[in-house]
Amino acid sequence: MAKVLMKGNEAVGAAAIKAGCKLFFGYPITPSSEIPEYISRALPEAGGVFLQAESEIAAINMVYGAGGAGARVMTASSSPGISLKQEGITYCAGAEIPCVIVNMMRGGPGLGSIQPGQADYFQATRGGGNGDYRTLCYAPASIQELVDYVMLAFDKADYYRNPVLICADGMIGQIMEAVELKDPEPMELPPKDWATTGTGGKRKPVVVNSLYLQAEELQEHNKHLIEKYKLMEENEVVYEAFGLEDAEVVCVAFGTTSRIVKTAIKQAQAKGIKVGMIRPITLWPFPYDVFKEIGDKAKGILTVEMSAGQMIDDVKIGIAGRLPVYFNGTQGGMVPTPGSILADIEKIAGGAK
Amino acid sequence: MEEKVIMAGFGGQGIMAIGKLLAYAGMLEGKNVTWMPSYGPEMRGGTANCAVVVSEDEIGSPLISKDGTAAIVMNLPSMIKFEKELVPGGKLIINKSLIDVEPTRKDLDVYYIPANELALELGNGKVANMVMLGSYLELTKTVEIESVLKAFVKVFGEDKADLIPLNKEALLKGAQAAKK
Repeated sequence: MAKVLMKGNEAVGAAAIKAGCKLFFGYPITPSSEIPEYISRALPEAGGVFLQAESEIAAINMVYGAGGAGARVMTASSSPGISLKQEGITYCAGAEIPCVIVNMMRGGPGLGSIQPGQADYFQATRGGGNGDYRTLCYAPASIQELVDYVMLAFDKADYYRNPVLICADGMIGQIMEAVELKDPEPMELPPKDWATTGTGGKRKPVVVNSLYLQAEELQEHNKHLIEKYKLMEENEVVYEAFGLEDAEVVCVAFGTTSRIVKTAIKQAQAKGIKVGMIRPITLWPFPYDVFKEIGDKAKGILTVEMSAGQMIDDVKIGIAGRLPVYFNGTQGGMVPTPGSILADIEKIAGGAK
Repeated sequence: MEEKVIMAGFGGQGIMAIGKLLAYAGMLEGKNVTWMPSYGPEMRGGTANCAVVVSEDEIGSPLISKDGTAAIVMNLPSMIKFEKELVPGGKLIINKSLIDVEPTRKDLDVYYIPANELALELGNGKVANMVMLGSYLELTKTVEIESVLKAFVKVFGEDKADLIPLNKEALLKGAQAAKK
Protein backbone atom coordinates (compact mmCIF):
# COMPACT_ATOMS: atom_id res chain seq x y z
CA MET A 1 0.00 0.00 0.00
CA ALA A 2 1.17 3.51 -0.80
CA LYS A 3 2.19 5.87 1.93
CA VAL A 4 -0.31 8.42 3.21
CA LEU A 5 0.20 11.51 5.30
CA MET A 6 -1.54 10.98 8.63
CA LYS A 7 -1.80 12.67 11.97
CA GLY A 8 -0.60 10.46 14.82
CA ASN A 9 -3.95 10.33 16.56
CA GLU A 10 -5.80 9.42 13.37
CA ALA A 11 -3.16 6.82 12.58
CA VAL A 12 -3.86 5.17 15.95
CA GLY A 13 -7.49 4.80 14.93
CA ALA A 14 -6.67 3.49 11.46
CA ALA A 15 -4.16 0.99 12.87
CA ALA A 16 -6.56 -0.26 15.53
CA ILE A 17 -9.30 -0.87 12.97
CA LYS A 18 -6.84 -2.67 10.70
CA ALA A 19 -5.83 -4.84 13.66
CA GLY A 20 -9.42 -5.92 14.11
CA CYS A 21 -10.44 -3.63 16.95
CA LYS A 22 -14.23 -3.76 17.08
CA LEU A 23 -14.99 -1.68 20.13
CA PHE A 24 -13.74 1.68 21.35
CA PHE A 25 -14.78 3.38 24.54
CA GLY A 26 -13.36 6.75 25.41
CA TYR A 27 -13.73 10.30 26.52
CA PRO A 28 -11.95 13.04 24.54
CA ILE A 29 -9.04 15.00 25.96
CA THR A 30 -6.34 17.15 24.33
CA PRO A 31 -3.89 16.13 22.86
CA SER A 32 -5.51 12.79 21.98
CA SER A 33 -9.03 13.91 20.99
CA GLU A 34 -8.57 13.05 17.33
CA ILE A 35 -8.39 9.36 18.28
CA PRO A 36 -12.06 9.15 19.35
CA GLU A 37 -12.96 11.67 16.62
CA TYR A 38 -11.44 9.50 13.90
CA ILE A 39 -12.73 6.26 15.35
CA SER A 40 -16.26 7.60 15.84
CA ARG A 41 -16.41 7.95 12.05
CA ALA A 42 -14.34 5.02 10.86
CA LEU A 43 -15.10 2.22 13.32
CA PRO A 44 -18.86 1.98 12.60
CA GLU A 45 -17.98 1.78 8.88
CA ALA A 46 -15.78 -1.22 9.73
CA GLY A 47 -18.63 -2.94 11.55
CA GLY A 48 -17.56 -1.87 15.02
CA VAL A 49 -18.94 0.30 17.78
CA PHE A 50 -17.68 3.64 19.06
CA LEU A 51 -19.10 4.82 22.32
CA GLN A 52 -18.29 8.07 24.06
CA ALA A 53 -18.52 7.21 27.73
CA GLU A 54 -19.64 9.64 30.42
CA SER A 55 -16.13 9.58 31.90
CA GLU A 56 -12.74 7.94 31.60
CA ILE A 57 -13.62 5.64 34.48
CA ALA A 58 -16.74 4.46 32.71
CA ALA A 59 -14.76 3.97 29.50
CA ILE A 60 -12.11 1.70 31.04
CA ASN A 61 -14.80 -0.36 32.76
CA MET A 62 -16.56 -0.78 29.42
CA VAL A 63 -13.19 -1.96 28.10
CA TYR A 64 -13.10 -4.46 30.99
CA GLY A 65 -16.51 -5.78 30.02
CA ALA A 66 -15.86 -5.96 26.29
CA GLY A 67 -12.41 -7.49 26.72
CA GLY A 68 -13.86 -9.99 29.18
CA ALA A 69 -16.30 -11.05 26.51
CA GLY A 70 -13.37 -11.64 24.16
CA ALA A 71 -13.69 -8.60 21.90
CA ARG A 72 -10.74 -6.64 20.54
CA VAL A 73 -11.13 -3.39 22.42
CA MET A 74 -9.26 -0.15 22.89
CA THR A 75 -9.43 3.06 24.84
CA ALA A 76 -7.29 6.17 24.52
CA SER A 77 -6.68 9.28 26.53
CA SER A 78 -4.00 11.66 27.78
CA SER A 79 -2.29 11.82 31.14
CA PRO A 80 -5.02 12.97 33.61
CA GLY A 81 -7.51 10.77 31.77
CA ILE A 82 -5.14 7.81 32.01
CA SER A 83 -4.82 8.47 35.74
CA LEU A 84 -8.59 8.10 36.04
CA LYS A 85 -8.35 4.74 34.26
CA GLN A 86 -5.80 3.25 36.66
CA GLU A 87 -8.33 1.36 38.77
CA GLY A 88 -9.75 -0.23 35.65
CA ILE A 89 -6.29 -1.11 34.34
CA THR A 90 -5.30 -3.01 37.49
CA TYR A 91 -8.67 -4.80 37.35
CA CYS A 92 -7.97 -5.73 33.72
CA ALA A 93 -4.50 -6.95 34.70
CA GLY A 94 -5.90 -8.95 37.64
CA ALA A 95 -8.70 -10.49 35.60
CA GLU A 96 -6.31 -11.01 32.65
CA ILE A 97 -8.31 -9.01 30.17
CA PRO A 98 -6.62 -8.26 26.85
CA CYS A 99 -7.03 -4.64 25.85
CA VAL A 100 -5.05 -1.79 24.33
CA ILE A 101 -4.73 1.54 26.13
CA VAL A 102 -3.21 4.53 24.36
CA ASN A 103 -1.74 7.42 26.35
CA MET A 104 -0.79 10.57 24.43
CA MET A 105 1.09 12.01 27.38
CA ARG A 106 0.94 15.69 28.31
CA GLY A 107 2.53 17.84 30.98
CA GLY A 108 1.67 17.06 34.61
CA PRO A 109 1.13 16.59 37.50
CA GLY A 110 -2.59 17.04 38.00
CA LEU A 111 -4.50 18.57 35.15
CA GLY A 112 -1.14 19.89 33.97
CA SER A 113 -0.82 21.29 30.46
CA ILE A 114 -1.88 20.13 27.02
CA GLN A 115 1.63 20.13 25.53
CA PRO A 116 3.72 16.97 25.17
CA GLY A 117 5.14 15.22 28.23
CA GLN A 118 6.74 11.94 29.29
CA ALA A 119 6.15 12.15 33.02
CA ASP A 120 3.78 9.16 33.10
CA TYR A 121 6.75 6.81 32.84
CA PHE A 122 6.53 5.69 36.47
CA GLN A 123 2.78 5.19 36.13
CA ALA A 124 3.20 3.16 32.94
CA THR A 125 6.12 0.99 34.06
CA ARG A 126 5.50 0.64 37.80
CA GLY A 127 1.74 0.40 37.61
CA GLY A 128 -0.53 3.30 38.49
CA GLY A 129 -3.04 0.96 40.04
CA ASN A 130 -2.79 -1.28 43.09
CA GLY A 131 -1.27 -4.71 43.36
CA ASP A 132 1.53 -6.63 41.70
CA TYR A 133 0.91 -6.25 38.02
CA ARG A 134 2.75 -5.32 34.87
CA THR A 135 1.63 -4.00 31.51
CA LEU A 136 3.60 -4.32 28.31
CA CYS A 137 4.33 -0.75 27.25
CA TYR A 138 5.38 0.45 23.78
CA ALA A 139 6.85 3.92 23.24
CA PRO A 140 6.84 4.71 19.50
CA ALA A 141 8.91 7.61 18.15
CA SER A 142 7.31 8.11 14.73
CA ILE A 143 3.88 7.76 13.20
CA GLN A 144 5.03 4.64 11.34
CA GLU A 145 6.14 3.03 14.61
CA LEU A 146 2.92 4.17 16.23
CA VAL A 147 0.75 2.27 13.74
CA ASP A 148 3.04 -0.76 13.73
CA TYR A 149 2.98 -1.06 17.53
CA VAL A 150 -0.73 -0.33 17.89
CA MET A 151 -1.37 -3.28 15.57
CA LEU A 152 1.13 -5.47 17.39
CA ALA A 153 -0.34 -4.43 20.75
CA PHE A 154 -3.65 -6.15 19.98
CA ASP A 155 -1.89 -9.44 19.24
CA LYS A 156 0.33 -9.19 22.31
CA ALA A 157 -2.68 -8.36 24.49
CA ASP A 158 -4.49 -11.46 23.23
CA TYR A 159 -1.38 -13.62 23.41
CA TYR A 160 -0.64 -12.79 27.05
CA ARG A 161 -4.21 -12.01 28.15
CA ASN A 162 -2.90 -8.71 29.46
CA PRO A 163 -3.47 -4.99 28.96
CA VAL A 164 -0.93 -3.39 26.62
CA LEU A 165 -0.09 0.32 26.82
CA ILE A 166 1.02 2.61 24.03
CA CYS A 167 2.86 5.52 25.65
CA ALA A 168 3.39 8.30 23.14
CA ASP A 169 3.09 12.03 23.74
CA GLY A 170 1.19 15.04 22.48
CA MET A 171 3.72 15.67 19.77
CA ILE A 172 3.39 12.16 18.32
CA GLY A 173 -0.38 12.54 18.53
CA GLN A 174 -0.45 15.86 16.72
CA ILE A 175 2.18 15.63 14.00
CA MET A 176 1.54 14.34 10.51
CA GLU A 177 4.07 12.02 8.88
CA ALA A 178 4.13 9.60 6.00
CA VAL A 179 2.81 6.23 7.06
CA GLU A 180 2.13 2.89 5.47
CA LEU A 181 -0.62 0.77 6.99
CA LYS A 182 0.91 -2.63 6.37
CA ASP A 183 -1.01 -5.80 7.02
CA PRO A 184 0.11 -7.12 10.40
CA GLU A 185 2.10 -10.38 10.45
CA PRO A 186 -0.39 -13.06 11.40
CA MET A 187 0.35 -14.37 14.90
CA GLU A 188 -0.77 -17.66 16.36
CA LEU A 189 -3.05 -16.83 19.26
CA PRO A 190 -4.63 -19.05 21.89
CA PRO A 191 -8.42 -19.51 21.67
CA LYS A 192 -10.43 -17.21 23.94
CA ASP A 193 -12.15 -20.10 25.71
CA TRP A 194 -12.10 -18.06 28.92
CA ALA A 195 -14.32 -15.29 27.50
CA THR A 196 -17.79 -14.71 28.95
CA THR A 197 -19.73 -15.22 25.76
CA GLY A 198 -22.64 -17.22 27.19
CA THR A 199 -22.73 -20.94 27.83
CA GLY A 200 -25.54 -21.66 25.39
CA GLY A 201 -26.40 -24.41 27.87
CA LYS A 202 -23.51 -26.41 26.45
CA ARG A 203 -20.67 -25.71 28.85
CA LYS A 204 -19.97 -24.64 32.40
CA PRO A 205 -19.95 -20.89 33.03
CA VAL A 206 -16.58 -19.11 32.95
CA VAL A 207 -15.73 -16.35 35.39
CA VAL A 208 -13.61 -13.32 34.62
CA ASN A 209 -12.79 -11.61 37.87
CA SER A 210 -9.98 -10.12 39.92
CA LEU A 211 -11.44 -10.92 43.35
CA TYR A 212 -10.01 -13.88 45.29
CA LEU A 213 -11.17 -14.01 48.91
CA GLN A 214 -8.89 -16.92 49.77
CA ALA A 215 -5.35 -15.62 50.23
CA GLU A 216 -3.81 -18.93 49.13
CA GLU A 217 -5.83 -18.88 45.96
CA LEU A 218 -4.85 -15.28 45.23
CA GLN A 219 -1.19 -16.07 45.80
CA GLU A 220 -1.49 -18.88 43.26
CA HIS A 221 -3.07 -16.44 40.83
CA ASN A 222 -0.25 -13.97 41.50
CA LYS A 223 2.34 -16.67 40.84
CA HIS A 224 0.68 -17.37 37.53
CA LEU A 225 0.78 -13.66 36.66
CA ILE A 226 4.45 -13.42 37.68
CA GLU A 227 5.27 -16.31 35.34
CA LYS A 228 3.53 -14.45 32.55
CA TYR A 229 5.43 -11.23 33.27
CA LYS A 230 8.70 -13.20 33.27
CA LEU A 231 7.88 -14.49 29.80
CA MET A 232 7.28 -10.93 28.65
CA GLU A 233 10.62 -9.85 30.12
CA GLU A 234 12.33 -12.67 28.26
CA ASN A 235 10.59 -12.26 24.93
CA GLU A 236 9.17 -8.80 24.47
CA VAL A 237 12.04 -6.34 25.00
CA VAL A 238 12.35 -4.05 21.97
CA TYR A 239 14.89 -1.27 21.52
CA GLU A 240 17.04 0.57 19.00
CA ALA A 241 20.74 0.98 19.78
CA PHE A 242 23.75 2.19 17.86
CA GLY A 243 27.36 3.20 18.36
CA LEU A 244 27.69 1.67 21.83
CA GLU A 245 31.08 -0.04 21.42
CA ASP A 246 33.24 3.02 20.85
CA ALA A 247 30.99 5.74 22.27
CA GLU A 248 32.39 8.45 24.52
CA VAL A 249 28.86 9.37 25.54
CA VAL A 250 25.71 7.25 25.33
CA CYS A 251 22.33 8.98 25.19
CA VAL A 252 19.16 7.25 26.36
CA ALA A 253 15.78 8.59 25.31
CA PHE A 254 12.41 7.35 24.04
CA GLY A 255 9.59 8.71 21.90
CA THR A 256 9.73 12.37 20.87
CA THR A 257 12.85 13.14 22.90
CA SER A 258 14.75 10.35 21.13
CA ARG A 259 14.25 12.19 17.85
CA ILE A 260 15.64 15.41 19.26
CA VAL A 261 18.55 13.46 20.75
CA LYS A 262 19.30 12.02 17.30
CA THR A 263 19.56 15.56 15.89
CA ALA A 264 21.92 16.49 18.75
CA ILE A 265 24.00 13.33 18.14
CA LYS A 266 24.49 14.29 14.49
CA GLN A 267 25.68 17.72 15.61
CA ALA A 268 28.04 16.16 18.17
CA GLN A 269 29.43 13.73 15.60
CA ALA A 270 30.11 16.66 13.28
CA LYS A 271 32.29 18.01 16.10
CA GLY A 272 34.14 14.71 16.32
CA ILE A 273 32.49 13.33 19.47
CA LYS A 274 31.52 9.66 19.37
CA VAL A 275 28.00 9.30 20.70
CA GLY A 276 25.99 6.11 21.01
CA MET A 277 22.32 5.77 21.70
CA ILE A 278 19.88 3.44 23.39
CA ARG A 279 16.24 4.02 22.55
CA PRO A 280 13.87 1.79 24.52
CA ILE A 281 10.82 0.95 22.41
CA THR A 282 9.37 -1.13 25.24
CA LEU A 283 9.45 0.93 28.43
CA TRP A 284 8.36 -2.23 30.23
CA PRO A 285 10.05 -4.61 29.90
CA PHE A 286 13.05 -2.26 29.87
CA PRO A 287 16.14 -3.17 27.78
CA TYR A 288 18.54 -3.49 30.75
CA ASP A 289 20.85 -5.98 29.04
CA VAL A 290 21.85 -3.72 26.14
CA PHE A 291 23.74 -1.48 28.59
CA LYS A 292 26.35 -4.25 28.84
CA GLU A 293 27.30 -3.51 25.23
CA ILE A 294 28.59 -0.04 26.12
CA GLY A 295 32.34 -0.05 25.62
CA ASP A 296 35.21 1.10 27.86
CA LYS A 297 35.66 4.45 26.14
CA ALA A 298 32.37 5.73 27.54
CA LYS A 299 32.63 8.54 30.06
CA GLY A 300 28.99 8.80 30.97
CA ILE A 301 25.37 8.26 30.09
CA LEU A 302 22.98 11.11 29.27
CA THR A 303 19.30 10.44 29.87
CA VAL A 304 16.91 12.85 28.17
CA GLU A 305 13.26 12.95 29.18
CA MET A 306 10.30 15.29 29.18
CA SER A 307 9.96 14.72 32.93
CA ALA A 308 11.88 15.45 36.11
CA GLY A 309 13.76 12.18 35.59
CA GLN A 310 11.87 8.91 35.72
CA MET A 311 13.39 6.54 33.16
CA ILE A 312 16.74 7.52 34.65
CA ASP A 313 16.05 5.01 37.46
CA ASP A 314 15.94 2.19 34.91
CA VAL A 315 19.02 3.55 33.17
CA LYS A 316 20.86 3.38 36.51
CA ILE A 317 19.72 -0.21 37.00
CA GLY A 318 20.90 -1.00 33.48
CA ILE A 319 24.37 0.52 33.84
CA ALA A 320 24.68 -0.94 37.37
CA GLY A 321 27.01 1.75 38.69
CA ARG A 322 29.61 1.27 35.95
CA LEU A 323 29.27 4.83 34.60
CA PRO A 324 27.90 8.13 35.87
CA VAL A 325 24.38 8.92 34.66
CA TYR A 326 23.49 12.53 33.80
CA PHE A 327 20.10 14.01 33.14
CA ASN A 328 18.68 16.54 30.71
CA GLY A 329 14.98 17.14 31.17
CA THR A 330 12.14 19.52 30.51
CA GLN A 331 8.82 19.57 32.28
CA GLY A 332 5.33 20.92 32.02
CA GLY A 333 4.96 20.49 28.27
CA MET A 334 8.31 22.01 27.28
CA VAL A 335 10.35 20.07 24.73
CA PRO A 336 14.16 19.84 25.01
CA THR A 337 16.20 21.54 22.29
CA PRO A 338 19.02 19.83 20.37
CA GLY A 339 21.31 22.65 21.54
CA SER A 340 20.90 21.89 25.24
CA ILE A 341 21.48 18.18 24.63
CA LEU A 342 24.57 18.90 22.53
CA ALA A 343 25.94 21.09 25.34
CA ASP A 344 25.50 18.22 27.81
CA ILE A 345 27.11 15.72 25.42
CA GLU A 346 30.12 18.04 25.06
CA LYS A 347 30.39 18.45 28.83
CA ILE A 348 30.31 14.70 29.44
CA ALA A 349 32.76 13.98 26.61
CA GLY A 350 35.09 16.60 28.06
CA GLY A 351 34.97 14.94 31.46
CA ALA A 352 32.04 16.54 33.25
CA LYS A 353 31.90 16.44 37.01
CA MET B 1 18.61 19.38 2.23
CA GLU B 2 16.51 20.12 5.28
CA GLU B 3 13.87 22.79 4.99
CA LYS B 4 12.20 23.92 8.22
CA VAL B 5 9.38 26.31 7.52
CA ILE B 6 6.92 28.01 9.83
CA MET B 7 3.56 29.07 8.47
CA ALA B 8 1.47 31.42 10.54
CA GLY B 9 -1.55 33.67 10.41
CA PHE B 10 -5.01 33.90 11.87
CA GLY B 11 -7.65 31.19 11.80
CA GLY B 12 -9.32 30.90 8.40
CA GLN B 13 -6.39 32.07 6.28
CA GLY B 14 -5.64 28.51 5.25
CA ILE B 15 -2.37 28.22 7.14
CA MET B 16 -2.78 24.58 8.17
CA ALA B 17 -3.88 23.77 4.62
CA ILE B 18 -0.76 25.09 2.87
CA GLY B 19 1.35 23.32 5.50
CA LYS B 20 -0.35 20.04 4.73
CA LEU B 21 0.01 20.62 0.97
CA LEU B 22 3.74 21.21 1.33
CA ALA B 23 4.18 18.14 3.55
CA TYR B 24 2.12 15.93 1.25
CA ALA B 25 3.97 17.18 -1.83
CA GLY B 26 7.30 16.44 -0.11
CA MET B 27 6.12 12.93 0.68
CA LEU B 28 5.04 12.40 -2.95
CA GLU B 29 8.57 13.38 -3.99
CA GLY B 30 9.97 10.67 -1.70
CA LYS B 31 11.27 13.06 0.96
CA ASN B 32 10.83 12.74 4.71
CA VAL B 33 8.24 15.16 6.05
CA THR B 34 6.61 16.23 9.28
CA TRP B 35 3.73 18.64 9.84
CA MET B 36 3.23 19.91 13.36
CA PRO B 37 0.23 22.10 14.13
CA SER B 38 -0.14 24.53 16.99
CA TYR B 39 -2.70 23.05 19.32
CA GLY B 40 -1.85 24.84 22.51
CA PRO B 41 -3.39 27.88 24.19
CA GLU B 42 -2.21 30.11 21.34
CA MET B 43 -4.61 28.29 19.03
CA ARG B 44 -7.48 29.28 21.34
CA GLY B 45 -6.39 32.88 20.88
CA GLY B 46 -7.28 32.80 17.20
CA THR B 47 -3.84 32.48 15.62
CA ALA B 48 -2.91 29.40 13.66
CA ASN B 49 0.53 28.14 12.88
CA CYS B 50 2.22 24.99 11.78
CA ALA B 51 5.79 23.81 11.35
CA VAL B 52 6.70 21.76 8.29
CA VAL B 53 10.00 19.94 7.91
CA VAL B 54 10.99 18.52 4.52
CA SER B 55 14.25 16.61 4.52
CA GLU B 56 16.33 14.11 2.57
CA ASP B 57 17.33 12.58 5.93
CA GLU B 58 15.46 11.16 8.90
CA ILE B 59 13.76 14.06 10.70
CA GLY B 60 14.71 14.67 14.32
CA SER B 61 12.58 17.25 16.03
CA PRO B 62 9.41 18.22 14.18
CA LEU B 63 9.46 21.44 16.19
CA ILE B 64 11.13 24.59 14.92
CA SER B 65 13.00 26.45 17.61
CA LYS B 66 15.44 29.17 16.48
CA ASP B 67 16.38 26.91 13.55
CA GLY B 68 13.71 27.75 10.96
CA THR B 69 14.99 28.16 7.41
CA ALA B 70 11.89 30.07 6.31
CA ALA B 71 8.65 31.56 7.59
CA ILE B 72 5.45 32.50 5.81
CA VAL B 73 3.65 35.11 7.91
CA MET B 74 0.15 36.14 6.95
CA ASN B 75 -0.57 38.69 9.71
CA LEU B 76 1.31 41.03 12.04
CA PRO B 77 1.18 38.99 15.30
CA SER B 78 2.66 36.06 13.37
CA MET B 79 5.57 38.13 12.08
CA ILE B 80 6.35 39.48 15.54
CA LYS B 81 6.21 35.99 17.04
CA PHE B 82 8.06 33.98 14.41
CA GLU B 83 10.79 36.22 12.98
CA LYS B 84 12.67 35.20 16.15
CA GLU B 85 12.58 31.54 15.20
CA LEU B 86 14.63 31.85 11.99
CA VAL B 87 18.32 31.22 11.49
CA PRO B 88 20.39 34.21 10.30
CA GLY B 89 19.77 34.55 6.58
CA GLY B 90 16.46 32.70 6.87
CA LYS B 91 13.71 33.64 4.45
CA LEU B 92 10.87 35.71 5.89
CA ILE B 93 7.95 35.94 3.47
CA ILE B 94 5.58 38.66 4.59
CA ASN B 95 1.98 39.19 3.53
CA LYS B 96 2.32 42.86 2.65
CA SER B 97 -1.46 43.20 2.31
CA LEU B 98 -1.93 42.90 6.05
CA ILE B 99 1.49 43.75 7.49
CA ASP B 100 2.62 47.35 7.09
CA VAL B 101 5.68 47.30 9.36
CA GLU B 102 9.14 45.87 8.81
CA PRO B 103 10.60 43.03 10.84
CA THR B 104 12.93 44.03 13.66
CA ARG B 105 15.67 41.63 12.61
CA LYS B 106 18.07 42.89 9.99
CA ASP B 107 19.82 39.58 9.29
CA LEU B 108 16.94 37.94 7.40
CA ASP B 109 16.20 37.55 3.73
CA VAL B 110 12.87 39.39 3.57
CA TYR B 111 10.22 39.30 0.83
CA TYR B 112 7.01 41.35 0.74
CA ILE B 113 4.14 39.73 -1.14
CA PRO B 114 0.76 41.50 -1.49
CA ALA B 115 -0.99 38.16 -1.20
CA ASN B 116 -4.55 39.37 -0.64
CA GLU B 117 -4.45 41.80 -3.57
CA LEU B 118 -2.93 39.16 -5.86
CA ALA B 119 -5.59 36.68 -4.78
CA LEU B 120 -8.34 39.21 -5.46
CA GLU B 121 -6.89 39.76 -8.93
CA LEU B 122 -7.68 36.09 -9.51
CA GLY B 123 -11.21 36.73 -8.31
CA ASN B 124 -10.96 34.86 -5.03
CA GLY B 125 -9.43 36.31 -1.88
CA LYS B 126 -9.37 32.87 -0.28
CA VAL B 127 -6.33 31.78 -2.28
CA ALA B 128 -4.01 34.33 -0.63
CA ASN B 129 -2.47 31.39 1.22
CA MET B 130 -1.64 29.69 -2.09
CA VAL B 131 -0.08 32.89 -3.38
CA MET B 132 2.22 32.87 -0.33
CA LEU B 133 3.02 29.18 -0.84
CA GLY B 134 3.83 29.91 -4.48
CA SER B 135 6.27 32.63 -3.44
CA TYR B 136 7.87 30.33 -0.90
CA LEU B 137 8.32 27.55 -3.47
CA GLU B 138 9.85 29.96 -6.00
CA LEU B 139 12.38 31.08 -3.40
CA THR B 140 13.28 27.69 -1.94
CA LYS B 141 12.39 25.07 -4.58
CA THR B 142 11.52 22.74 -1.69
CA VAL B 143 9.05 20.85 -3.89
CA GLU B 144 7.70 21.23 -7.43
CA ILE B 145 4.45 23.11 -7.96
CA GLU B 146 3.20 20.02 -9.82
CA SER B 147 3.65 17.96 -6.63
CA VAL B 148 1.56 20.45 -4.69
CA LEU B 149 -1.21 20.11 -7.26
CA LYS B 150 -0.99 16.32 -7.04
CA ALA B 151 -1.26 16.64 -3.26
CA PHE B 152 -4.31 18.88 -3.59
CA VAL B 153 -6.92 16.15 -3.97
CA LYS B 154 -5.15 14.00 -1.37
CA VAL B 155 -5.52 16.76 1.20
CA PHE B 156 -8.89 18.21 0.22
CA GLY B 157 -10.63 15.26 -1.46
CA GLU B 158 -11.48 14.40 -5.06
CA ASP B 159 -14.59 16.59 -5.00
CA LYS B 160 -12.37 19.68 -4.74
CA ALA B 161 -10.46 18.83 -7.94
CA ASP B 162 -12.35 21.58 -9.82
CA LEU B 163 -10.49 24.14 -7.69
CA ILE B 164 -7.07 23.00 -8.93
CA PRO B 165 -6.83 25.46 -11.88
CA LEU B 166 -7.54 28.46 -9.61
CA ASN B 167 -5.03 27.23 -7.02
CA LYS B 168 -2.42 26.62 -9.70
CA GLU B 169 -2.87 30.19 -10.91
CA ALA B 170 -2.46 31.43 -7.35
CA LEU B 171 0.76 29.43 -6.90
CA LEU B 172 2.15 30.79 -10.18
CA LYS B 173 1.15 34.34 -9.29
CA GLY B 174 2.93 34.02 -5.95
CA ALA B 175 6.00 32.61 -7.69
CA GLN B 176 6.00 35.53 -10.13
CA ALA B 177 5.70 38.06 -7.31
CA ALA B 178 8.70 36.54 -5.52
CA LYS B 179 10.85 36.91 -8.65
CA LYS B 180 10.52 40.70 -8.65
